[in-house]
Amino acid sequence: MSDASFLSLEKLTLAYGDTVAVKDLDLSIRKGELVAFLGPSGCGKTTTMRSIAGLLTPASGRISLDGVDITRVSANKRSVGLVFQSYALFPHLSVFENVAFGLRLKKMPANDIETRVTAGLKSVGLSKFAARKPAELSGGQQQRVALARSMVMEPKVLLLDEPLSNLDARLRLEMRTELQRVQKETGVTMIFVTHDQGEALSLADRIVVMLNGAIEQIGTPEDIYNRPVSRFVADFVGFENIFAVEGGKLKAANGPISLSESLPPDTAGLAWRPRMVTLGSGPFQGTVRGASFSGSTREYLLDTPLGAIKAEEDAGLAAHQPGTELTFDLPVAKAARLERFG
Amino acid sequence: MTPRIFSPLVLFLVVAFLIGPFFIIVAASLSAGETLAFPPQGFSLKWVAKVFTVESFRESFAVSMFLAIGGTAMALVLGIPASYALSRYKLPFGETIRTIVSLPIIVPGIIVGLALLRYIVVPFGFNITLALLLAHTALVLPYAVRVVSASLNNLRSDIEEAAVLLGSSRAGAFFRVVMPNIRSGILAAFILGFVTSFNQVPVSLFLSGPGVRTLPIDMLSYMEITYDPSVAALSALLAFMSIGIVFLAERFLGFSRYV
Ligand SMILES: Nc1ncnc2c1ncn2[C@@H]1O[C@H](COP(=O)(O)OP(=O)(O)OP(=O)(O)O)[C@@H](O)[C@H]1O
Ligand SMILES: [Mg+2]
Repeated sequence: MSDASFLSLEKLTLAYGDTVAVKDLDLSIRKGELVAFLGPSGCGKTTTMRSIAGLLTPASGRISLDGVDITRVSANKRSVGLVFQSYALFPHLSVFENVAFGLRLKKMPANDIETRVTAGLKSVGLSKFAARKPAELSGGQQQRVALARSMVMEPKVLLLDEPLSNLDARLRLEMRTELQRVQKETGVTMIFVTHDQGEALSLADRIVVMLNGAIEQIGTPEDIYNRPVSRFVADFVGFENIFAVEGGKLKAANGPISLSESLPPDTAGLAWRPRMVTLGSGPFQGTVRGASFSGSTREYLLDTPLGAIKAEEDAGLAAHQPGTELTFDLPVAKAARLERFG
Repeated sequence: MTPRIFSPLVLFLVVAFLIGPFFIIVAASLSAGETLAFPPQGFSLKWVAKVFTVESFRESFAVSMFLAIGGTAMALVLGIPASYALSRYKLPFGETIRTIVSLPIIVPGIIVGLALLRYIVVPFGFNITLALLLAHTALVLPYAVRVVSASLNNLRSDIEEAAVLLGSSRAGAFFRVVMPNIRSGILAAFILGFVTSFNQVPVSLFLSGPGVRTLPIDMLSYMEITYDPSVAALSALLAFMSIGIVFLAERFLGFSRYV
């Protein structure tokens, strides 16, 4: 095992009966890494997690953890923790006993259990609630119990399925920092699922963008945000002006458009965020269709021979009224270069 | 719209109809007269006292208790795993199985009793007590499955997966996190099954034989010979027992959630 593949999935295919949910997935995760699975609903994030945890047997492929092939190892012997989106706390047990559950199964001496559970509850700020039942806690507190319950087991990998999705905005932010802190403190390898690109970008060391049961792109938050490789990823992270490129020319609504700069031959498309569009100068002409004000910026929708273009300008600049003709530019130097346009 | 005055009237009639017989029985059992009659003649507790001296009542009470407790326990032993399988797995013919399990509720007891007698007890020479026990198990099973299923359906299945990921086996997860959380459902099923079995007449009627009788059957045959108020006294005592059980169940378990 090299350090770069502490957890590795090889050609993993996962199916429910005849429905293939994940196909030929390859992924290597380093020890201590914090990885986010990002993607639209139904793309296979939960399915992949469940297979890592051992709750779903792969149709084919291999999973190895810490140098051991665990593809056929049963879920209770993997040292993989999973925090469920629904928390899945045991309703009949107190918070303390919930956290102690796994340690008791390990037949750990009572004193050690006491010490570990107390420390675990302290680290998630729930020492005062040890005697309560899960039903007497708020959603955020239940979530933290679930986190502590998995953490005290000291798993090799901790999986979190949409850990923050049921929380309100403020608690979400709090929990984000909390997760990051716990992860840095313990150095546990962590994978979390999210729909929310902001969450993925701010938390993860690396982001895995998934679509239709396959990986679209793997990269650091900077890679994903600035250098999406496919139309889907570009669209997902907010590039709103996306064009295919064919034979070095931009494929626009009314025919190909030559570009001032030459592009590498494998370029399949170019994409610009609204704020990358230069307004007031450039080779293209458009008519302002609509404008919206969002505090610090103004966003314009332009009708152009290229198709609809979204542009953004500082709100400090004078507003362009709907109906105005504007020149604009799509600077190739700023664009994200897409390798795939499927 | 019903005129307002009707609702209290209807309510009164319904209550009178449901609870009236109970008061009549209680009153009749406190009679000082020699025959079962209403209104009662005088007041005495002698018939209540007599109930405890009748040998056959004592024996058949023991039989009924044995059947109610044993039959319900067996129905739960079969019914809990069945409910679990029905609620957690997509079984082929799951719905059909559920329907078949519920049949004893739908099919008249007379038919069940006759069929058991004619095709099982007689041809195979079954011991009567065993036959009664099996019959009561079958009768209680649908209630057990219904009530236990209801509490299983209220329990999220992901807690079992959580238990497994914390190191428990599948079976261990069932005993450590499923059973404790459906405990009150099981107790409710037990009480419902107990009361159902204890008050069961038609099936027991066919299967009761010489020396082995359930209490309701024994009361019927007692009345054929002796028409005194002790039967009323016994009925009243049994009614109070049932009320007591249901009251405690409601008080401690919120029984009405399950029925
Ligand atoms: N138990 C199941 N039986 C059959 N198909 C399933 C089952 N669970 C999931 N699927 C299918 O597998 C695919 C992937 O589902 P999965 O739950 O992994 O998606 P997800 O990425 O977690 O989505 P979400 O963001 O909505 O949670 C979906 O198309 C889904 O319909
Ligand atoms: Mg999911």
